[in-house]
Amino acid sequence: MTQADNTSTMTNGTANFAAEAARRAASFVASLALTFLGLTAVTFLISRLTKIDPVLAIVGDKASKEVYDKTYIALGLDQPLIMQYGAYLWRLLSGDFGVSVLTSQPVLSDLLRVFPATFELATIATIIGVAIGVPAGVLAGARKGRWPDHVVRVVGLFGYSVPVFWLGLVGLFVFYGKLDWVSGTGRLDVFYEDIVTSRTGVILIDAAIDGEWGIFANAFSHLILPAGILGYYSLAYIARMTRSFMIDQLSQEYVTAARIKGRSFWGAVWLHAFPNIMVPLITVIGLSYASLLEGAVLTETVFAWPGLGLYITRALFNSDMNAVLGGTVLVGAVFIGVNLFCDLLYKIFDPRLRNA
Amino acid sequence: MLKVLKYALMAGVIMTLTPQAMAETPADTLVIAKQIDDLISMDPAEAYELSGIEILANTYDRIMRFEPTDITKLVGGVAESVAVSEDGKTFTFKIRPGQKFASGNPVTAMDAAFSLQRVIKLEKTPVFLISQLGWNKDNIDKLVTAPDESTLQVTITENFAPSLVYALLSSVVGSVVDMKVAMEHQADGDFGYAWLKTNSAGSGAYSIKSWKPNEAVVLEANPNYRGGEAKLKRVVVRHIPEAAAQRLALEKGDVDIARNLTPDQVAGLAGNADVKVTSIPEALLYYIGLNVKQKELQDVRVRQALRYLVDYDGMVNSFLKGSQQVHQSFWASGFWASLDDNPYKLDPEKAKALLKEAGYPDGFSIDLDAPNFAPFTNMAQSVQSTMAQGGIKVNIISSEMKPLLTKYRARQHQMLMVYWGPDYMDPHTNADGFANNLDNSDAATKGKPLAWRNSWDAPEVSAMTAAAVRERDEGKRKQMYLDLQKKVMDEGPYIIMTQSTAQLAERANVKGYVQGSSSDVTYYNLTTK
Repeated sequence: MTQADNTSTMTNGTANFAAEAARRAASFVASLALTFLGLTAVTFLISRLTKIDPVLAIVGDKASKEVYDKTYIALGLDQPLIMQYGAYLWRLLSGDFGVSVLTSQPVLSDLLRVFPATFELATIATIIGVAIGVPAGVLAGARKGRWPDHVVRVVGLFGYSVPVFWLGLVGLFVFYGKLDWVSGTGRLDVFYEDIVTSRTGVILIDAAIDGEWGIFANAFSHLILPAGILGYYSLAYIARMTRSFMIDQLSQEYVTAARIKGRSFWGAVWLHAFPNIMVPLITVIGLSYASLLEGAVLTETVFAWPGLGLYITRALFNSDMNAVLGGTVLVGAVFIGVNLFCDLLYKIFDPRLRNA
Repeated sequence: MLKVLKYALMAGVIMTLTPQAMAETPADTLVIAKQIDDLISMDPAEAYELSGIEILANTYDRIMRFEPTDITKLVGGVAESVAVSEDGKTFTFKIRPGQKFASGNPVTAMDAAFSLQRVIKLEKTPVFLISQLGWNKDNIDKLVTAPDESTLQVTITENFAPSLVYALLSSVVGSVVDMKVAMEHQADGDFGYAWLKTNSAGSGAYSIKSWKPNEAVVLEANPNYRGGEAKLKRVVVRHIPEAAAQRLALEKGDVDIARNLTPDQVAGLAGNADVKVTSIPEALLYYIGLNVKQKELQDVRVRQALRYLVDYDGMVNSFLKGSQQVHQSFWASGFWASLDDNPYKLDPEKAKALLKEAGYPDGFSIDLDAPNFAPFTNMAQSVQSTMAQGGIKVNIISSEMKPLLTKYRARQHQMLMVYWGPDYMDPHTNADGFANNLDNSDAATKGKPLAWRNSWDAPEVSAMTAAAVRERDEGKRKQMYLDLQKKVMDEGPYIIMTQSTAQLAERANVKGYVQGSSSDVTYYNLTTK
């Protein structure tokens, strides 16, 4: 009897665990699906309610009425709105993002081309933002009200308030035009175009795989200025947030306790206070990275950078529905992905979450 | 402090990584900086954007053509001669012998016939260019034929002047497509359309190597081109949206040619010995459409008065300097049969008198739609301030181009500022737009000409337009267009203000690059450096 009881309890336990895991997975997938549904529905509705005629984007201003009508029907615009949306969702589910009317290419292949460009830019920018922004923020927080704090604030304010567009042009003028330290617009010099095979679309990685270090260097010298300017922008934000987290932690009693026990001031800052700001800091960095991954329209315009921001914006202005929706789904996926990654990092940096 | 430190750091990294900054383009490559985000198709049966037409002018040869060596004279392209029948309706073209496509296939009359037929059958935007000859899906196979390899026979059902027919066959739809290659890539009976959207199959000086939208178009010289293989083996048209960035790239030598510099940047280039700037008159007209649906604008005297309330000279001598010139008739100066009188000047007194006569002694207020980018923004402001001098209170509504055109095509504007470019090099193209409207109902079935968009019920000028297009005597035909332009200038619902001038900036070592008044006559193949 006891034997049987034990076995059944054990089976129950395993089953419960499996059921729990399945339930979690299901609710995660459900929330994901709901997010995407909402995202596409809102985008679809907004783009259909704007006063832009999507047919015009394709046939132009001079087409005859026959050509216009033909395209109107081909786009399914004669169908009720809900049918159009349903048809789009249906195709999306089968992995078909449709064809962009502006580029004549499948939206999926367009996205695979523009997203790596943005990814490259956003990643380097975030690395710059974190590498400088975090220490600067810690310094400002620890030296609150003294000159390092003021310097960081002024530099940050400048980065935050000066239009990226202007900063980009001035940067080009100085570092490319006058000093010749970096390369100009675009991702590569014409010399190097079409040499490395595109595996990932991220030129730095592709060039490294092929061992083409000349191309790597050229791509880097094209990248560094726009990435630096975007990085400056995110640096300003990260430094400001780090500063306020730091001030908050340094006022806690455990810091005082550590100091009493003989820790040096900087020891207390880095070894005691800093680990405690990691979790909110990761959230801030994650958000800033995700918003850079959406693409930065103005920076991409100034630097002729064929990225996601420019792609989606142009699609929006021309009511290129498939491209807009495809881009939106990608941005949504990026946000969800970055959030998941941050959740993972929380578990590493916060011992309390490790077993949760 | 930190900023300096950061840049110093950045610079250090770059200095160590960049071996040598190369400040010139490859010797065998022409690099052009240009805004090419209007490009949506490379199929000659579909492309109708300026960038697309320009690429196609370099990748396809056309039945008739303005040769790169002389862009002022319309001559045979793929065809070497033509004979017209007695009634002026049947044209027999002799195909030049010995021509080859980039693929190596011979260029025959069959290819030429196929090319015209597929334009009609695919029915994309530029189809109107040749469907006006009376061609449709049902009759095209009978009206355009190739009795043998070297004879192309073309019959039109309308009474059109031969010079107009030649002009149409020299436009983008006259491009001769390699039938074998197109049909190899046919899918679902599309005559290779899906494939040709992003590839080329022509006998022009170049063929398309790659097109990355919003990034670059790369062309490769076609060794079989009848005018001889181009000296520069490769052309890269790079999309650089920002004019300031184009100028920098040009000054640094990273591009050979910059195409979209603004007047202030051109002024900044003065004194740079490495760069030369040329002004090229273009056929693009900047105008304001006056919607006659608007009560006040129905009176022809009010429209007259408004034309006296624009500071034409003031604009072209200040912020438009070098990029536009005053032009007030509907066919641009420098082309056959253009009317070059510009009788209107800023004259508030005259305008006030006309307004008083029309019953508006105190003026009125009115909306002006305009695109939200330069030079339109500045032009709209100038118009607003000069119209105020005549008592007209202008309320500017600026918007993106696409919504603006949507509104225009729905006739929902009061006044609207925009530009207009011709479709081919014959005044009929603009007469058809500015002076032809026989069905002024809201549900008009025939396209949406500018006269219709501005609700101008114009039986008289429409009849003049129809007569001019039929006239076979060149001298008489020219006079008819001059009269028509005068009439539209005085009575029409337009304030035609200026004509654009392209400013081409090239590196000093670039020679032989040909840029004419339109995308149809911009050629890369004679360039050397």
